[in-house]
Amino acid sequence: MKKHQMQLRFSVALAALGVGFLAVHLPAASPQGQQQPSEIAVVISGDPGTPPRYAVPDFVALTPDAAEAAKTIGQVLWDDLNYEKEFYLIPRDTYGSVPAARSPESIPFASWRELGADAVVFGTVQRTGNDVRVQVRLFNVRTRQSVFAKEYGGSAANPRLYPHTIADEIHQQQRGLRGVARTKLAFVSDRNRQRVDGTVENREVKEIYIADYDGANARRVTTSRQLNANPNWAPDGRALAYTTWRPNPDVFISFIYQGVMQNPTKGVGTNYLPVFSPDGKQIAFMSGRSGNPEIYAMNVDGSNLRRLTNHPAGDSSPTWSPNGMQIAFTSDRTGKPQIYVMSSVDGSNLRRITVDESEADRPTWSPSINEIAFAARTSSSGFDIKVYDPNSGQTQKITFGEGTNESPAYAPNGRHLAFASTRSGRTQIYTVGRDGKDLRQITRDGSNQTPAWSN
Amino acid sequence: MRNQKAAIIVGLVVVALAGGCSRNKKPATSPQPAPTVTDATETAPPAPPQRVEDSVPLPQPNLAEDAVANKSIDDLNRNSPLKPIFFPLDSAELDDTGRAIATADADVLKKYATWAITIEGHCDERGTAEYNLALGERRATAVKAYLASLGVSGERIKTVSYGKEFPFDMGHSEEAWSKNRRGHLVITSK
Repeated sequence: MKKHQMQLRFSVALAALGVGFLAVHLPAASPQGQQQPSEIAVVISGDPGTPPRYAVPDFVALTPDAAEAAKTIGQVLWDDLNYEKEFYLIPRDTYGSVPAARSPESIPFASWRELGADAVVFGTVQRTGNDVRVQVRLFNVRTRQSVFAKEYGGSAANPRLYPHTIADEIHQQQRGLRGVARTKLAFVSDRNRQRVDGTVENREVKEIYIADYDGANARRVTTSRQLNANPNWAPDGRALAYTTWRPNPDVFISFIYQGVMQNPTKGVGTNYLPVFSPDGKQIAFMSGRSGNPEIYAMNVDGSNLRRLTNHPAGDSSPTWSPNGMQIAFTSDRTGKPQIYVMSSVDGSNLRRITVDESEADRPTWSPSINEIAFAARTSSSGFDIKVYDPNSGQTQKITFGEGTNESPAYAPNGRHLAFASTRSGRTQIYTVGRDGKDLRQITRDGSNQTPAWSN
Repeated sequence: MRNQKAAIIVGLVVVALAGGCSRNKKPATSPQPAPTVTDATETAPPAPPQRVEDSVPLPQPNLAEDAVANKSIDDLNRNSPLKPIFFPLDSAELDDTGRAIATADADVLKKYATWAITIEGHCDERGTAEYNLALGERRATAVKAYLASLGVSGERIKTVSYGKEFPFDMGHSEEAWSKNRRGHLVITSK
């Protein structure tokens, strides 16, 4: 941590894979030549018992054409830092009493302190043609010292990329927390309003889309003009497995940044609901190839295929445990859907884990802790999302009967879930905290379903 | 006139013969008037001319004239002779009504023995998207098994589940749901 403070020379590091810009550590803004204290508290604290209060004003546009980006970056950084609830973000519409600073030296710390801020962000944006340079510093308002200082450069096309990166780095530095601001959601949408080819029925295509974790920057991934469903991210975030109907339903893997597609199940029988193992080497899926829906697993290239369930009821919705040794799935072998767990190697050690639900369906194992979210029937026409802790046996509801709620997907840090809900009419994607608070609507265009959250 | 005289002569001969055969009768004292039949003979039309003609072959009834078989696959599927089989809630078993419809469908498929079909399994919206993929798969498979039990070769039948992705009725009532729990038969080749 001290390194951030003491670093006087620029060090260049590539930002995370797939993020096309450079990040540079800035010299700390303390007066040069002055001796630094041997131990500087990098972590900014709030008043005892309360989270630190952060202020994120607009970034300063150093060139006139950077004004829009500067405004976007400030707002998005505020949203991103607010998302994990580690900090209290002072609302931006209360900053009017604080004079705007044009440089780190002119930050009105006294005014920020009056507003109750423990931390304040100061940033600048400079635009050169299609490129942008973003400088950011995080100041401890009490000590007036910069605890985080960095410069980023890259394309001006998507300014939201910069605050997402800054927020993740601040969460990491200040809280040792893996933020999710740079993660993505994949989901299925009918927003293109195209008709399905090859049928006389009036059916709209559903294609796979990806968007930033906050719903911005949505892009279409598949263009099959058929039904596509159930996207699932490879752990490295470079590929999506999904079901596509051509019209035979089959498992495909799209390497979305390479334009390459693979078909590991090769059209043998009907294949649905693929999910990557946590190490990315295997895929579990449902297949009707035996004449009944059963759970199978295979290597991502289709080799080492093995059948894990064998029951005349329907077995569906496989999900891997964080260590990859177990698979949870839905089965209606007792008449109604319930959740079971078995070995991912051979289907042994089968046991039912939901006992108090009339119907428990579509499990998804948290990638970070031993916890399973699922859809529990709470009315004749609807479900709510619940989370189940296998250690304590406790189940907690995180949606509360507004519309029907299904297809939960954990954020990689386990602190949030995405799900599909009909609460506003057509099915849309929402995210919610693990505690059921801080609901956010992510999609609005067309109807959108079955979210998957990238690492 | 000659015909008239000949008729009178014939008449006399007939009378004479009659008298000769019936000896107990008294001989006629005077000739009887000529029978009126002679007038009929006089007005009879000539025999019709013999018709001379060749037979014209008529088109024979065959499959090419079958109103169903002659349609394109798309037209067939738009107004299909194969009716959907509806299912009870959360069930993949055909009920009595479903079996009756499937039996009628099997008869159509046996009549048009070259047709290949896909059975689509569909569900109402009340289960989850994922569960309904499994349920739709089981519905499609159940219809296929029933058709096979009636003698329709499984080789002609593919199955697919669409879960709740393509409801027939977009409504949210029991009436809509009952239409959406179905095995939908699509003709794919003929």
